Amino acid sequence: MTDSFTIRVDGRVIEARQGQTIMEATEQAGIYIPRLCDHPDLRAHGSCRICTVLANGRSVAACTQPVERDMEVKNRHPRVEAWRRQLIAMLFVEGNHFCPCCEKSGNCELQALGYLHGMTATQHPHLFPRRAVDGSHPDILLEHNRCVLCGRCVRASRDVDGKQVFQFAGRGLNRHITVNTEAQLDHPGLDLKDKAVSVCPVGAILKKHKHYGVPVGERKFDHDPIGSDVESHDQDKVT
Amino acid sequence: MDLPLRERIESVCRQYDRRRDRLMDMAIDIQAAERCISPEAQDALARELGMEVVDVQSLVTFYAFLTESPTGRVVVRLCDDIPDFLAGLDAVAEALSSELGLEFGQTSPDGQITLERTPCIGMSDQCPAALVNEVVVTNLTPESARAMARGLLRHGDPHRLVEHTGDGRNSHELIRAMVQNNLRERGPVLFGGPVTGRGLEAALRKPSAEVRAQVRASNLRGRGGAGFPTGQKWDFAAKAEGTRRTVICNADEGEPGTFKDRVLLTELPELMFEGMTIAAYAIGADEGILYLRGEYTYLRPFLEHVLGLRRRSGLLGRNILGHSGFDFDIRIQMGAGAYVCGEESALISSCEGLRGDPKTRPPYPAQSGYLGRPTVVNNVETLCAAARILEHGADWFAAIGEPQSTGTKLLSVSGHCERPGVYEVPNGLTLSDLLERVGAKQVQAVQVGGFSGHLIPPREFGRRISNTDLLTGGAVLVLGEGVDLIAMGVRVLEFFVEESCGFCTPCRAGNVLLLERMKRVAAGHGEEADYTYLAELSEAIKGTSRCGFGQTSPNVVLDLLRHFRPVLEKSIGIDPGNGTREAFDLGAALRDAERISGRRSTHHLAERTEHREAAPRKEVKIDGQTRQDTPKEGER
Ligand SMILES: Cc1cc2nc3c(=O)[nH]c(=O)nc-3n(C[C@H](O)[C@H](O)[C@H](O)COP(=O)(O)O)c2cc1C
Ligand code: SF4
Ligand code: SF4
Ligand code: SF4
Ligand code: FES
Repeated sequence: MTDSFTIRVDGRVIEARQGQTIMEATEQAGIYIPRLCDHPDLRAHGSCRICTVLANGRSVAACTQPVERDMEVKNRHPRVEAWRRQLIAMLFVEGNHFCPCCEKSGNCELQALGYLHGMTATQHPHLFPRRAVDGSHPDILLEHNRCVLCGRCVRASRDVDGKQVFQFAGRGLNRHITVNTEAQLDHPGLDLKDKAVSVCPVGAILKKHKHYGVPVGERKFDHDPIGSDVESHDQDKVT
Repeated sequence: MDLPLRERIESVCRQYDRRRDRLMDMAIDIQAAERCISPEAQDALARELGMEVVDVQSLVTFYAFLTESPTGRVVVRLCDDIPDFLAGLDAVAEALSSELGLEFGQTSPDGQITLERTPCIGMSDQCPAALVNEVVVTNLTPESARAMARGLLRHGDPHRLVEHTGDGRNSHELIRAMVQNNLRERGPVLFGGPVTGRGLEAALRKPSAEVRAQVRASNLRGRGGAGFPTGQKWDFAAKAEGTRRTVICNADEGEPGTFKDRVLLTELPELMFEGMTIAAYAIGADEGILYLRGEYTYLRPFLEHVLGLRRRSGLLGRNILGHSGFDFDIRIQMGAGAYVCGEESALISSCEGLRGDPKTRPPYPAQSGYLGRPTVVNNVETLCAAARILEHGADWFAAIGEPQSTGTKLLSVSGHCERPGVYEVPNGLTLSDLLERVGAKQVQAVQVGGFSGHLIPPREFGRRISNTDLLTGGAVLVLGEGVDLIAMGVRVLEFFVEESCGFCTPCRAGNVLLLERMKRVAAGHGEEADYTYLAELSEAIKGTSRCGFGQTSPNVVLDLLRHFRPVLEKSIGIDPGNGTREAFDLGAALRDAERISGRRSTHHLAERTEHREAAPRKEVKIDGQTRQDTPKEGER
């Protein structure tokens, strides 16, 4: 194909196609770039910034930045990794995350990113915001204290479920997820089977009546660190 | 007014053909009429427009001038920018608050008056200043603030606060503002002569590609702060795929300390509209938008009037100046109190009736901007300069200033100087020359480019206003020797925390953490480890933020660390004489506990019985190592 070319990621040469993002091209080559707001089934959002890489020396979000011919990408770069640690720590302290009593623990992408980056404590003071818990829905709990504002639920509801149950409101530190009230009587409302319910990377959208369904030790990231699925599918190809 | 809410809202929606992309206008009109956009109003709006109520809420909760609960009939917004502080804001605030009997953020029980603070309203050369609804009040003193408060309590009419009008067109019957232009120096480009309209005539005699070539040849670069080559931007938009194109003039002027666009909007709107029309011709646009910040609402009737005159003279509308097939018209889009909406993609969101989140780039506005159309966004001054370039030629323009930085630059000068105001100077002027012209003495630092710009120390006053050195939107804030630079840094960060859109992690949370740490330093509780913390955090925010907002918000911190280390050291208590530092104040640390328990700590006993020398209190730095030391007799 004429529109395919190569790029270099941390020195490794990989194939890429015109129109792909850096995230897509690296993913296909089995290179994991840490990410939080990005989700394979949803349009890229570019809000968490954890996927920041250096592309031709400039810092960009890998999930939104298109590849260019001969692009030089730095992913496992000390400066970039230091920034990622900062970002992950920021997400922890701007919300209220008490992992030991969170049912997402072990399946949580934020927590897994923390482990992957060797974090034990944050360099930042906790901001301890006051946020509400919304338990008004019969089947779903919206725990704002753990929301990382990744917007996955907003995109999934709008683009996949075709409903627009969630939206952002407020600005700055006061930015938060808001839920479509039933004031619109004909509004379809949220269903347990909706994509929006299953995409939350943290313990902010939880199904009620289920709680700790999987014991500790058998949860998603208990054995394989986050990103190992991406890295393995390259090896699958090789063998 | 007796119609039910639902019908009142319906009539507002009708005025904008129920177009969802005009939600901003509807919201602003409803806010003005109802003093809020209540949840019921949001619901009615959503039904009327066939959209989700969360989308309406999302917009309403974004803009500072839109509220969900009612404000007073009169809203007094006192500007709390740094120049206002330097000019005695605190006493004015106190006077206003006590005379109105209101705290800031409060509304009077009878619903008549709300008192608030607001970031820079573009009056830094005549501050302290306030907005009273859309009316601007300048040069406030505690006495005039009291008189104003009494007036408002008596008659409740903001327009009656204007007792005398300002110079130039500030006295025009459609403006009637007490604002002064303070135009101190007229340069050859913008204020060099009358507005003749010959730029547009010359443009229409050429093919559009040649107009773009001429702008390219002039080497004109954007005057909004980023300095992007204007001709190149126009080329991108002209060549991008799309059936309709848009030209947007950025008159958001939100960068604190910037007010030069206000003077252009007041004195040279014809030139600005001419520049927009030339840009439209050059890229093939049929639609223009002037994005006017909410703080400049007082200029709107006048600007609409100028647009009307131009339509009647065939300068806007169909077949402009008889040039068949060139159709172009301009509408004014009001902002509603959001600094980030000056960022071009956020501005486009706002024009589309959305909350002012910046958009993901690419695509860039020139490829896909307003409603997906190729869009050029240019600053007011850039478009005025473009009109002059078409009038006088690229060579004429390129001969002014420096080779890499052609033409003139409008500067907004405020702070500690004798002649604050607007200066049109050739690019390449040094700061020290400028400081002399404006009458500034004993300067500790100059902030160039507003809060997102840079704090320049005296040893760098040889630097130039130029695209290749101090690239700036034009704000120059002079800080005299008495200014507490750390307190100023705190104020700057408070502004960024207040104004961040919150979309991305580093800017939303990182700026808050920067502010927290800077406050600690400002309170004298800092330590040297904070320097590293602040520097690393700043770099992370700059390196990972999604738009120019977070990529520049930590500048003030980095500049303080880089150029004003002694100021920081003094503030964290390092004695410049011997390098020692008060490390710990036991009394202060115990104060809360004492208050809660209602008992005095026994360390006070120790004080009385002179056992103090047992308590190590000093940390002495010797060759980078710390050790404990005991205070000498008679210290403290
Ligand atoms: C946070 C932020 C605020 C901005 N505010 C303004 C503004 O008020 N006025 C302006 O002209 N440009 C502003 N800009 C720059 C615009 O994004 C854009 O670069 C400019 O309007 C382009 O016009 P120019 O090329 O003519 O300068 C801002 C940028 C950022 C990141
Ligand atoms: S959401 Fe994740 S990070 Fe937050 S408390 Fe739960 S497990 Fe911990
Ligand atoms: S609720 Fe979950 S999916 Fe939605 S924004 Fe918050 S963290 Fe993301
Ligand atoms: S840097 Fe991020 S949070 Fe800040 S204004 Fe830009 S997009 Fe919004
Ligand atoms: S994954 Fe790219 S910004 Fe979040």
